[in-house]
Amino acid sequence: MQRASTMTAAGLVFRRDLTLAWRRWDEVAQPLIFYVVVTTLFPLATTPDLSQLRVISGGVVWVAALLASLLALESLFRSDVEDGTMEQWVLSGQPLGWLLLAKVASHWVLTGLPLVVMAPVVGTALGLPFDAWGTLVASLLLGTATLSVLGGIGAALTVGVRRGSVLLSLLVLPLAMPLLIFGSRAVGMAMDGDSPAGPLQLLAAIFFLTLSLGPLAMSAAIRISVES
Amino acid sequence: MLPDRARLEARDINCWRGERHILRDVSFAVAAGEFLKITGPNGVGKTTLLRVVCGLLPAENGVVEWRGKRVSSSNDEYHTDMAYLGHLNSLKADLTARENLRFLAGLRQSLGDSDIDAALDRVGILSRGDLAARSLSAGQKRRLALARLLLSGAQLWILDEPVTNLDVAGVALVEDLVREHVVRGGLALAAAHQRLLDEEPFLRRLELN
Repeated sequence: MQRASTMTAAGLVFRRDLTLAWRRWDEVAQPLIFYVVVTTLFPLATTPDLSQLRVISGGVVWVAALLASLLALESLFRSDVEDGTMEQWVLSGQPLGWLLLAKVASHWVLTGLPLVVMAPVVGTALGLPFDAWGTLVASLLLGTATLSVLGGIGAALTVGVRRGSVLLSLLVLPLAMPLLIFGSRAVGMAMDGDSPAGPLQLLAAIFFLTLSLGPLAMSAAIRISVES
Repeated sequence: MLPDRARLEARDINCWRGERHILRDVSFAVAAGEFLKITGPNGVGKTTLLRVVCGLLPAENGVVEWRGKRVSSSNDEYHTDMAYLGHLNSLKADLTARENLRFLAGLRQSLGDSDIDAALDRVGILSRGDLAARSLSAGQKRRLALARLLLSGAQLWILDEPVTNLDVAGVALVEDLVREHVVRGGLALAAAHQRLLDEEPFLRRLELN
């Protein structure tokens, strides 16, 4: 037997979570269902007139995606901490940050990516013009990925707290505000026929900043949670 | 053969849990080829001591050294050399026994199917390999956790109540596994209430009270 490389280990964590999700698909589908339901409620509550809905469509899709992502975050690390898997990860001799990043990546594939894929459909139902599809998808790709890492830090910090979901929202939402502002601004600019490059580049900058510091923060927070 | 000259040493460990001072100046040393059995009544701090030795819990005072280097929670080199069997089995109920080993023991060692089958066979649950962990009995889950220990490739084993839930044959299995490991030049620490390898020449004892 040979020592497993860090990449192998991260790949195993990623595959394990996909396997688990496949066996628990009903839990995984919850954020997506929430997302579709919330966006369909808007025309019912405001107006079915597409010309008026169009004005708020980008913002509605973004807010719904943000809340749907938060919904799935609280349980991100909980079961692994409770059944002792996290202890074994800490003691595996592999860099913990990479393992946690792999876990967050699989979480994004399972919850963030479906939101991005569904966005054009949901947007069209709200009258979002075809020209703005690309910008909506690009902004949500960057936004949901950033949110998964940010949420990972929040989930790692609150994993020891019972009913930590409120605390988690309070921690993560302020940090997610720039994403919401730049994301919906990009969509708005694309709808007005302007170039959305500015806000998209800012989103990309936030993504890379979060991606580089996130693993360090998550592993530090998990080490504290496992200590107790 | 495992590399020799390995030595684990703890000096004057002190640990508080809240207001309670549960470990007072605990010291011990274990060398390659030795097994340290930690005994003492419930709540005396056996698990706490083991977690301090793992580096999961920082001691307020005192040091733990492995091969002369200080142990901490981010010391990957030390963690490569050690394997911890806690009182939680660290199993995923929705995964089969084989998948549990592949996804957890696989983080440490590159494992083939034959390695996993050999470990399952050694702990006597090969025929249960494709059952979900949730449908295993408590004793079988413990055996699965022991299989993970076998696949860890670690020289230092830290075992917290290893024979919990095991039948008579299971206790004998733990004794055999530890004996083989120690004779091959490994080190083992275990917290235990029951008789465990009590007659062996390589046994060291630490009584907490």
